This record gives sequence, structure tokens and C-alpha cells, in this order.
Amino acid sequence: MHEVSLATALIDLVHEQAAAARARRVTRLVLEIGTLSHVDAHALRFAVDAAALGGPAEGATLEIQEPEGTAYCLDCETSVAISARGAPCPRCGGVKLLVQSGDEMLLKEMEVV
Amino acid sequence: MCSTCGCDQGEKRVEDISHHHTHEHANGAHSHEHEHDHAHEHSHTHPDGNTHSHSHSHAHGHSHAHEHAHDHPLDAAAGAGVTRLVSVERDILEKNDAIAAENRHDLQATKTLALNLVSSPGSGKTALLVETLKRIGDKYPVAVIEGDQETTADADRIRATGAPAIQINTGKGCHLDADLVRTAMSRLGTPAHGILFIENVGNLVCPAGFDLGEAHKVVIVSVTEGEDKPLKYSGMFAASALMVVTKTDLLPHLDFDVDRLIDNARRINPTIGVLKLSAKTGEGINRWLHWLETARALRLATD
Repeated sequence: MHEVSLATALIDLVHEQAAAARARRVTRLVLEIGTLSHVDAHALRFAVDAAALGGPAEGATLEIQEPEGTAYCLDCETSVAISARGAPCPRCGGVKLLVQSGDEMLLKEMEVV
Repeated sequence: MCSTCGCDQGEKRVEDISHHHTHEHANGAHSHEHEHDHAHEHSHTHPDGNTHSHSHSHAHGHSHAHEHAHDHPLDAAAGAGVTRLVSVERDILEKNDAIAAENRHDLQATKTLALNLVSSPGSGKTALLVETLKRIGDKYPVAVIEGDQETTADADRIRATGAPAIQINTGKGCHLDADLVRTAMSRLGTPAHGILFIENVGNLVCPAGFDLGEAHKVVIVSVTEGEDKPLKYSGMFAASALMVVTKTDLLPHLDFDVDRLIDNARRINPTIGVLKLSAKTGEGINRWLHWLETARALRLATD
């Protein structure tokens, strides 16, 4: 389960950022996990809760934004939104799509005290 | 402790080839300094309406991070228990990516072609590697990093061909990360002007997200799997430059449509290359060797 590695990396980043902001506690985390990334949000929530135990982010609310992916369709030569890799072009039904975004995994912001 | 390595859990081991035994790292036994920081100048507006500019430095991963938490009078609110919002915008895997960039830099400096071989368990990765190494012989330098959850069995199979190999056991981990590979590279040495094969843990999901510093990912699929693998595990096929279809000697006995597999792979990644071969009979293996030599020539020809 690579969600555990991701959660550990995330909480390290949170601790670093919290120290830089001189925060005592982190109360909310906002993540952006693209729908084309290979991350299961449910598993990630569980892993983040576990990784945060005993640190300043313990019990923090986790908000996960899951933006749709974008791809360039080689058939109709247009940028389109897609919700899964391998999905056909929503405009022309073509299947030759070059994915442009949607696999990002970011810590966007955090609420601290 | 390195965040992606997890050495403190005492689960992950990189084989100590100088003594031919494995050992476990104590907490924080290998940490890494990354001198990728840079300073920049920017301005922004605070809630009180004041705009100011100032310079600060931040770690330079591949994301464009901006820390909006600074020491200024508004931060005194922190002491009063007031909730603040800190804008971060950083990639969760930036530490892994920074180490991968160091690996890539070292591989470039020694003109070494590194390939990250990914597949399901049992696709025939090690069998293909063994046959490949036998045929490369001493034509050019090679080395192998073997990733498995447990045992040094695969590294032993590789070493039997005469090629230098090192085993990484990921314990409960399901993928190799850049830091494990960096440790392995430092013990094994890079095969300058040759090819470093990195055999990832058999898993078509997790390794896709972890850059190791390789030039290409090569995804290996055997004909005893399903034709819909590329659709089910799209991330891996999207990230790979080449798909190698193995065990083609079994095709007469199977109801497997290779063309459908290829169509599905191209649906995920229109530019993916395809090779079909059997490590057992040797059919198609020359084309694979030719692909390797061409990729290596490109590595040698460019900085």
C-alpha cells in the first residue's frame, strides 16, 4: 500500500511547514490528489490519520480535492477533461489521448494555530 | 530520517554486497543533505492590506512552492491561538523526486542508461534479465538492482550470470523508492557507459508514482495475464516508454489476443513501444537487445 509511503512523506512535509510557520498545532490539511493519480482517497485518509499520531497534526481535518484530468485528443486536436485514463474523448469518441494533467499530489494549504 | 525510505521501521534492507549478508539500518542511519535550495524574491498582500516584497529561500523540488508563512507582526497571532491559513502548494513526493534527480544526475555524469523494469509478480522479469545478461556478456558494462519484498533469490539468479547485482528487500513496502536505489547505487557502483537494470517489486500500481532517476520505465506483461491489464493499471502503462510482452512461446496453448493487449496499451499511451518475445525459446529477444543497444547509444550520444 503506497498510501502509507505517501502519508509518511506528507506528514513530514506538514511538520516542516508547521515549524516554519511557528505553528503549535495543525487543524486542517487541504490536499489536491488528481483523479488520474493512483491514489485511493479512503486509504490515504486512514494512512494520514495514522502517520499524524503523536505530532502537531494529530486529529487534523483532511480535505481532499480531486480535480479531473485533462488530455489532448490527437483525433479532434482539442484539450478535453477526462475522469479516467483510457476513457474516450468526450467530444469525438477518439481513444488517442495524451494526458496533460490529473496525476498531481499536492499539499495545497493547511490551517494552523 | 528520510521520509520516503522508512529505514527507521527496520523493514527495508539493501544488501551489503561487500560482506554478502544483509543488515538493517538503525534509526536515521542514512540521512541525506540536498543542496537544492535557492532564494527568490516576491511580493504579496497581507490581510491588513499592506503589500511588501522580500526574499526567502525554499527547497527546490520539481514543484513551484511558495511558503506564505513568514516572521512578521501578524504571526504574533499564533501565540494567541488564532487560526491561520498557510499556503503550501508543494508536491507530496518532492523528497523522493529530489533524490531521483540526484540519481539521474549521477547516471548522466557516468553516461549510464538506467531502466526501471515494472510488472505484475510472475511476468518473467528475472528470467528475461538472466537471458539478456547472458547475451550481453562483456560487450558493455551492466549491473542489476533487484527489488523484492523478501529473499535474495533473484539477485542470486542474476549473479550466477556473472553480472554484478544487489538485492533490496522492501519488507512490507510495495515499491522501490529513489532513496533505496541511491543507497544500492552507492554500494554497487554505476556501470559507466553501460546499462543499470532496476527490477522493481512485482506490482503494477505503486511503482508508477515513484521516480527512481531512470531514463525509461519498461513494463513487462506476460501472455498468461489478461489483455485488459493496461486499462486496469493505466498509470503504469502511461508512465512506460516500452511494453515487453513475454512468454510468447505459450501463445498456441492460450486464448490470448496480443493485438488487443497492444490496442489497450496504446489507448492509455499512444506513444508506447511494443516488443514480443520468449525468454525460453529466444524468439524476439534480438529485437529487445537491439532496443537496449539503441537506447544505450542515445545515452552515450547526449549529455
